Amino acid sequence: MSSHRKLSYSLAINEALHQMMETDPTVFLIGQGVKSPWYVGDTAQGLLERFGTDRVIDTPVSENAMTGAAVGAALAGMRTVVVHPRMDFMFYAFDPIINEAANWYYMNGGKLSVPVVFWGIINRGGEQAAQHSQSLHGMFAHVPGLKVVMPATPYDAKGLMIAAIREPNPVVFIDDRWLYKLEEPVPEEIYEVEIGRGNVVKAGNDVTIVASSFMVQESIKASEILVKEGINIEIVDLRTVKPLDENLILASVRKTGRLVVVDGGWRTCGLAAEVSALVSERAFDALKAPVVRITLPDCPAPASATLEKAYYRTSTDIIQAVKSIIR
Amino acid sequence: MRSLGGNVNYPKDILVSFYRQMLLIRLCEESFVEPILAREVCCPCHLYSGEEAVAVGVCAALTERDYVFGNHRSHGHYLAKGGSMQEMVAEIFCREAGCSRGRGGSMHLIAPEVGMLGAAPIVAGTISLALGAALASTIRKDGRVAVSFFGDGATGEGVLYECMNFAALKKLPIIFVCENNYYATHMPIRECRVEREIHEIARPFGIESRQIDGNDVLQVYDAGLQAVEKCRSGNGPVFLECLTYRFRGHVGPDDNIQGSHTDIRPLDEIKLWREKDPIKRFGDYLVDQRITTQEELKMAREEIARTVKDAHNFARRTPLPRVEELEKYVFA
Ligand SMILES: Cc1ncc(C[n+]2csc(CCOP(=O)(O)OP(=O)(O)O)c2C)c(N)n1
Ligand SMILES: [Mg+2]
Repeated sequence: MSSHRKLSYSLAINEALHQMMETDPTVFLIGQGVKSPWYVGDTAQGLLERFGTDRVIDTPVSENAMTGAAVGAALAGMRTVVVHPRMDFMFYAFDPIINEAANWYYMNGGKLSVPVVFWGIINRGGEQAAQHSQSLHGMFAHVPGLKVVMPATPYDAKGLMIAAIREPNPVVFIDDRWLYKLEEPVPEEIYEVEIGRGNVVKAGNDVTIVASSFMVQESIKASEILVKEGINIEIVDLRTVKPLDENLILASVRKTGRLVVVDGGWRTCGLAAEVSALVSERAFDALKAPVVRITLPDCPAPASATLEKAYYRTSTDIIQAVKSIIR
Repeated sequence: MRSLGGNVNYPKDILVSFYRQMLLIRLCEESFVEPILAREVCCPCHLYSGEEAVAVGVCAALTERDYVFGNHRSHGHYLAKGGSMQEMVAEIFCREAGCSRGRGGSMHLIAPEVGMLGAAPIVAGTISLALGAALASTIRKDGRVAVSFFGDGATGEGVLYECMNFAALKKLPIIFVCENNYYATHMPIRECRVEREIHEIARPFGIESRQIDGNDVLQVYDAGLQAVEKCRSGNGPVFLECLTYRFRGHVGPDDNIQGSHTDIRPLDEIKLWREKDPIKRFGDYLVDQRITTQEELKMAREEIARTVKDAHNFARRTPLPRVEELEKYVFA
């Protein structure tokens, strides 16, 4: 076991897919671009050559039908991973994801579960504008019947993909192209990161930062600068957006008394609002300062790079927010 | 050369204007290659080079009051419908003076003043919008026609079929223009559908449908005129499949030649289509028929090149959007 072998975030996902397809013949991958590096980077590399066109299926531009087919195959005993190379294209697939997959188990009295992974890639920046920049985790998390995971590290990307594939119920797996090059040691064997469990990626006493996906990396950057000024933040990486690891969040806030929630989604009714509500309901007494949300503004993604810079949140915003409540 | 299938008895100024329009689009498209490579233009640009005859032929059959909707590859649709080149180039440079104020970039071109109601890159996403514009026309009885431009890739999306059915049911004045360039990103058409005669998909809905040589501007124009006439007289919709080919690759200047990193299109195929270049073909034809001379065409080219250059100068001179105005157009 070489626990020091390093892997990039995207290749960690790739390894999870290879290993799950190898060990479980019911697993298959369907979606646009699985045979081409254009769409899914190197996350699908080698799969087609190894498992063939029966189990690695590149598709016409038909998100609604392909996603429905993924759900139907899961109902019929397969374990499906359906990839959307850009989350924005998933709107065409909301019906099979939400009306069908999310509800199926409950509305049929638990008769059949739906072991499907809806894999959606966040692909933003580069002046791609409003329809090629969105992150829809808040919308999915709003829906009963969907688990939503958002790995921030290569280790979690592999472990959460494996857990998502093994999970008997629908999971929305959301990765971010901005993380694809990130490298760290990733175990070679099959392992799971438990769905519903967050992770304290940095311990501290002054302020709790709750973040997920790419914003965890920005939070880590912020912590490195803040620590030089004597401010020690604690970073809670949610890893799973639904169900939230409530106890982990509450325990951290009880320790620090201050909370900044950082989210790569929009503000209104978003993930940050949910975390903030949780803390005000269950740890109000522990708070020494108002909760601060750092989110995208309630604004479509602009094209212009100048505006993009103002639109996306970075470590600088996190540093400012931390300082604003620590005085 | 007798490959041009359209009606030849058009006045000289119309014929020459087709040539000029196509060349305008071509030179404008190719003018982005260097700025893209130099990373002065960063937004994804899906160039229309090679497909000019479709936009020009169809839009020439429309009036300014008619409506057009485009997709991700809509520089040509916008220009052919009469959108300002300066505003388009400025948009592609993401400037405040751009037609979408730098908020949209190459994939969001709009010129409502000439009936171009917008373009957007969600595949098939604007087909139903064109359907609605046609519906508005019938409710108001104002005789306007709506055109939906989309690619062969969009035939994979269910919404196209929903739109065709409803348009036929209500006899809506909409022209479905499918630009079949044989590829949808990395997928050749044979990997996307069994029935490759795309025009056949409209017939089961009771829609008149034709396949035309999309590299022959006269054929496209003839078909466009007939389609518009049908739509205006309450006998729409019409479906036009235009066979064409993009000279550039899916996005940016890359050619997607087999063997390169975007390993998709056989070189022979690209060469074959280059021989069917709609502009060269039409220019030769005009000269052959003594409608114009090489000298006149050369002068037109020089003049258009200056226009394109002016548009670039304009775009580079104008300011970027102001950061404080990020949320300027947000209303909720
Ligand atoms: C709903 C949706 N799915 C996928 C994509 C990614 N995508 C962008 S262009 C394209 C293919 C378009 O092919 P086609 O319609 O033939 O137009 P062409 O590029 O050939 O002009 C795809 C799949 C998208 N933009 N929207
Ligand atoms: Mg195409």
